[in-house]
Amino acid sequence: MFLKTITFAGAFALMGSTAIAGCGISAGNVSVLSNDFPAIQAVVAAANECADGNVTVQANLTKDHKDIMVAALTANPAQYASVIVTNSTLVTLMNDGLVRSIDDLVAKHGAGLNKSQLITINGKVMAVAFMANAQHLFTRTDVLAEAGVEGVPATYEDVLAAAEKVRSAGLMEYPVALNTKAGWNLAEEFVNMYMGTGADFFKAGTAEASVNNEHGVATLEMLKSLVAYSNPDYLTYDSNATQAEWEAGNLAMATMWGSRGGAVLDDEGSTAEVVSGTILSAAPTWGNGARPASTLWWDGIAISANVSDEDAEATFVALMNGITTDVVMANNDAAVWLVEGYVPSAASAGVSGTAAGGAAPYPMVPFMGALHTALGAEITDFLQGSESAEQALSDVEAAYTAAAKEQGFLK
Amino acid sequence: MKNHTFFWFILPSLFAMTLFIALPIISVAIQSFHIEHEAIMIEVENCGPFGCKQELQVDVEETVKLKDARPLGQFNGFGTYTNRNHLAFTEIGEAWQSSTGLFDFMSKAYNLPFYRALAFTLTYTFVVTPLVIIFGFMIALGVNTLPKAIKGPTIFISLLPMIVTPLIGALILFWMIDANGIIGSTLQWAFDDPNLSLKASPTLTWMMLMVYGVWHSAPFAFIVFYAGLQTVPADTMEAAMIDGASRWERTRYVVLPHLMPLTIFISLIQLMDNFRVLEPIISFSAQASATSLSFIIYNDLVGNESQFFGSAGATSVLTILGVGILLIPVLIRTWRDFNQKVV
Amino acid sequence: MSDIVHRRSPVLNIVIWGLVMVWIVAAGFPFLWTLWGSFKVQGDFFSKSDWTNAISGVRTQIETGAAFTGKGYYGAWVTKEFWLAALNTVVIVVTVVIISLTLGTLGGYALARSGKKYAFYLLMLALVFRAMPHITLVSGYLLPFFEWNLWGHLPTTIVVLVAINQPFTLWMLHSFFLNIPKDLDESAMVDGCTRFQAFRHVIVPVMWPGVVTTGLFSFLLAYNDFTVTATLLSQANQTMIPKIASFLGTTQTEGNVMFAVAAVVSATAPLFVLILFFQRQIVSGLTAGAVKG
Repeated sequence: MFLKTITFAGAFALMGSTAIAGCGISAGNVSVLSNDFPAIQAVVAAANECADGNVTVQANLTKDHKDIMVAALTANPAQYASVIVTNSTLVTLMNDGLVRSIDDLVAKHGAGLNKSQLITINGKVMAVAFMANAQHLFTRTDVLAEAGVEGVPATYEDVLAAAEKVRSAGLMEYPVALNTKAGWNLAEEFVNMYMGTGADFFKAGTAEASVNNEHGVATLEMLKSLVAYSNPDYLTYDSNATQAEWEAGNLAMATMWGSRGGAVLDDEGSTAEVVSGTILSAAPTWGNGARPASTLWWDGIAISANVSDEDAEATFVALMNGITTDVVMANNDAAVWLVEGYVPSAASAGVSGTAAGGAAPYPMVPFMGALHTALGAEITDFLQGSESAEQALSDVEAAYTAAAKEQGFLK
Repeated sequence: MKNHTFFWFILPSLFAMTLFIALPIISVAIQSFHIEHEAIMIEVENCGPFGCKQELQVDVEETVKLKDARPLGQFNGFGTYTNRNHLAFTEIGEAWQSSTGLFDFMSKAYNLPFYRALAFTLTYTFVVTPLVIIFGFMIALGVNTLPKAIKGPTIFISLLPMIVTPLIGALILFWMIDANGIIGSTLQWAFDDPNLSLKASPTLTWMMLMVYGVWHSAPFAFIVFYAGLQTVPADTMEAAMIDGASRWERTRYVVLPHLMPLTIFISLIQLMDNFRVLEPIISFSAQASATSLSFIIYNDLVGNESQFFGSAGATSVLTILGVGILLIPVLIRTWRDFNQKVV
Repeated sequence: MSDIVHRRSPVLNIVIWGLVMVWIVAAGFPFLWTLWGSFKVQGDFFSKSDWTNAISGVRTQIETGAAFTGKGYYGAWVTKEFWLAALNTVVIVVTVVIISLTLGTLGGYALARSGKKYAFYLLMLALVFRAMPHITLVSGYLLPFFEWNLWGHLPTTIVVLVAINQPFTLWMLHSFFLNIPKDLDESAMVDGCTRFQAFRHVIVPVMWPGVVTTGLFSFLLAYNDFTVTATLLSQANQTMIPKIASFLGTTQTEGNVMFAVAAVVSATAPLFVLILFFQRQIVSGLTAGAVKG
């Protein structure tokens, strides 16, 4: 009943999108559910300009989108015609068959898209990616130079050596930070680091976890060595906290999301010294691994299965209008865009470098979510020193197995 | 009161509760006895901005057929309740067999998520509840002696911890107790320990959560006790004084018994609320050191890619049972009062 | 009791006043800190380098040219349309309190006067209902609400909040009605009133203190609720608390955090007026009510 156009006033007034009202939709209801951060706000604000007498645009940008998306799309008709998904959330929706293949829509309205933007699963286009993200290294080269370290570290062993030098030079007691808040963030750090070993999370072709091996142990040991150089509060550090620490000049090296690059390098919230010394570079490798210890993520548009074709088309067109070259050029530094017209900058060097270094995308298998949850809960004991790495990993596998059985992935 | 009159009076309230609490409880309980259908997997080629890869996917068409046939999923009996992530019967059995002593057994049990959460939940409940009652009572006694003019503002300030939304209250406190924050630095200075951090050690985190719990709930006990104090019968008090009772004796033998029913009311509400402790753990990012039963449920449902409804249902049912057990003494007392009063 | 006060020894007085002082500081200081900090920029209030910045406002000076700034308030109320959320909150809270109290008064009265065993069992059942973690309840609502197109609307949230708060309301009002002498309504019934007429003409006039107190607790529950409102309301219908949470967002954009702080201060101000206004009623209401537990 309150289905009405949301006007994104003020904050988006600066975006200067040149889209023409109407954008070629004759009628329909555009509705979008998504996460809430600046790049997506820009996309949705541009899509919002498609609203006119015949077209309604309704958007819900919330950090709790994961909690309502399955229920919202299961209903028929679905509450939202589109969800802005990532590698991991697309899988969740596909597990229940809640998103449709959009080959026809792409053929009809996707002339400007790069081939690489299409997320194709089993030959069908399921989503259109528009931005990439990854965690990678942020380095304060000025601090490292003061401690006698030249350039940016290329491996985590270099990071540890540099951290030791910074500490022993008395420059910083805790020069390193990762997003190590217990739960999802910490699990993501484990996943990143484990990716650097090149090993797989599951036994080939099955849903059986296989992280309790020498790679898993080495991964945990590496994380523990790194957090030894982190502030003792590291188990409460999410990406907001690490960014704040970084901008306050308390860190020399940190692994943060690429999407933070723009905010770190702008002139707000930090001193010129910190900004000028900050270099974004590819995620380091470690051990004998060749690929950067990180996972690549994309954000993209997926269309619900349970909506009318008319609404699906209207929503798709509106969102295409949200990822035009104009929008991207107006918000160049808000993300690492995959769209034509994006100009790589210092803020995107880290993500590009990580991708160029051959980092793998976050695994899109349906049971990865359960393993991620188990990791987030069970490896803190090891980091806090109350149990061995083997015990922690066997706890992870046990917790995962119980959860995967509940979800029908294991018998 | 006649049965049918009673029925009409209670109907609207009962209807709302049945629809929105009783039915959901039943459906959650039913769900907790089921697990999802076996997922039928196929290997597919998966292409995106970062290249192609062969990965397993759920075969939606096949799985949908299973779901349509039996929407609840596979019946699993108490399987979810007894698995490793809940009561963990197998693991507890093994731990009991293999442990060298009670302490060893306890530490093995503490490694299991349910028992770890239970340990904190019970500690929290039994530390915070009495402290809330004691502090609330003392503050009420104190405020009661204040001159009338400053009573009003004092009451407002006293209620602040309860009325400021926990979401932001905790965010600001979280910043204040940071090692760089005002409380954190003051503590470092007071204990002369530059490395002291409330967020880093499990013990300090537990203490911090409990202090927060008392701070947040003391106003509730305070306002109820303060109201109760206004009704302490003046004649009994005077009689006690004439009998030469000391201040302590008057408090002990007149005020306390008078406030007993209130204490029961507060304990009832507080035991229940504290047993469901959740918000401070989330706001203080404390899950590395302290989890509660409600937190496990929250973690099953919120913020992750997968939601585990069966698992959350099982933990919820166990929470209700836990609250039930906890409240037995209070309920027995209420039963007695009820019988006395009504007859 | 005034003469008791006079006889208190000075030492005891000091101890008691000291205790109250300590409590006042503990209870009020974080809020005072927030109030002060809401006029600073984020770099000061959430300073990672030195907490004294929050007092002196070093970065506020640099970024705005003055020691205090109203940017947080302007951003929250004008730019981000916090007033819309405030309006939604008013609608939800007022409706919830009125409906809760209407249902609760009828139900509580019946429970207090019934005397049958099943009334006790109902009360117990209400307690069990209250034990259910809200997060599970709310997750359970989602699918049917989406299915029946009830999700996201204010009325749905109002009904859910009323239902979730019923057990507490029933308990409190039940204890309150137990304290109103039975003779009152029963004599009216002897005079030929029906039960409802007795309730309407005899009980209603004397029940206000208890109702006001219970209403205040209902008010606080609805006003501060996050789980229900954040999950069941669409962005267009957000109330204040989820709106504040959305200022924090997934990524805390520079400046938005201060919107949240300013919004919290704004959201607490009406409560100050409310508490001062109803202070007397809270006290007298509980006096008459929950005393008998």
